[in-house]
Amino acid sequence: MIRIAVQAAPIDLAAAVAAAESDGAGAIATFTGVVRGDDGVELLELEHYPGMTERALERIAADAAARWSLLSATIIHRVGPMQPGERIVFVAAVAPHRSAALDACAAMIDVLKTTAPFWKREVRGGASAWVAAREADEAAAARWQ
Amino acid sequence: MDLLYFAWVREAVGTGSERVDPPAGVTSVAALLDWLAARSPGHAAAFADRTRLRAAVDQVFVALDAPIADAREVAIFPPVTGG
Repeated sequence: MIRIAVQAAPIDLAAAVAAAESDGAGAIATFTGVVRGDDGVELLELEHYPGMTERALERIAADAAARWSLLSATIIHRVGPMQPGERIVFVAAVAPHRSAALDACAAMIDVLKTTAPFWKREVRGGASAWVAAREADEAAAARWQ
Repeated sequence: MDLLYFAWVREAVGTGSERVDPPAGVTSVAALLDWLAARSPGHAAAFADRTRLRAAVDQVFVALDAPIADAREVAIFPPVTGG
């Protein structure tokens, strides 16, 4: 099963994990990304490409599900304005055993970073700036190719 | 052809979308950017440094030298920064 959501509403972690647990597997690996507030960021705004975003997330989840024989793959991504401490992304991989679940979860978030059309803008001291892409993210995604 | 712009590209161009009818000689994303750059100073500024731009044709990532024949929707944007 593939579960994809792109939403302005906060991510309900308990509901997302409960849905993954209901798939009946022995191993569930999850990743939660949170807006960092330790470098003066007051607000994070996330823009995306409606339509293409959902297609990209579905492909990322489906590729991981096929490669690691997952029982389910979940990607939930928030868009719009967010405060530090709020969840921005949730990924879950459900498999019979842990190694497949852990690898699939890591691969999904690494690939998402470079192949899903989202753009972050940070507000600090009342001024906003677009976040630049990091080469380290490209390297992280490349190791799953 | 529908054009979409995101993030700082959208801000530089001054709009998030526009509909254009490029001439027959404009056959690639790069050629489209050359043609669009003449539309306004904002377009020219947005498309000046091609190394900072990425593109999608009909919602699939492509290189800037990719063809745009039969494209319905072309999007221009900076490298993605989600997650």
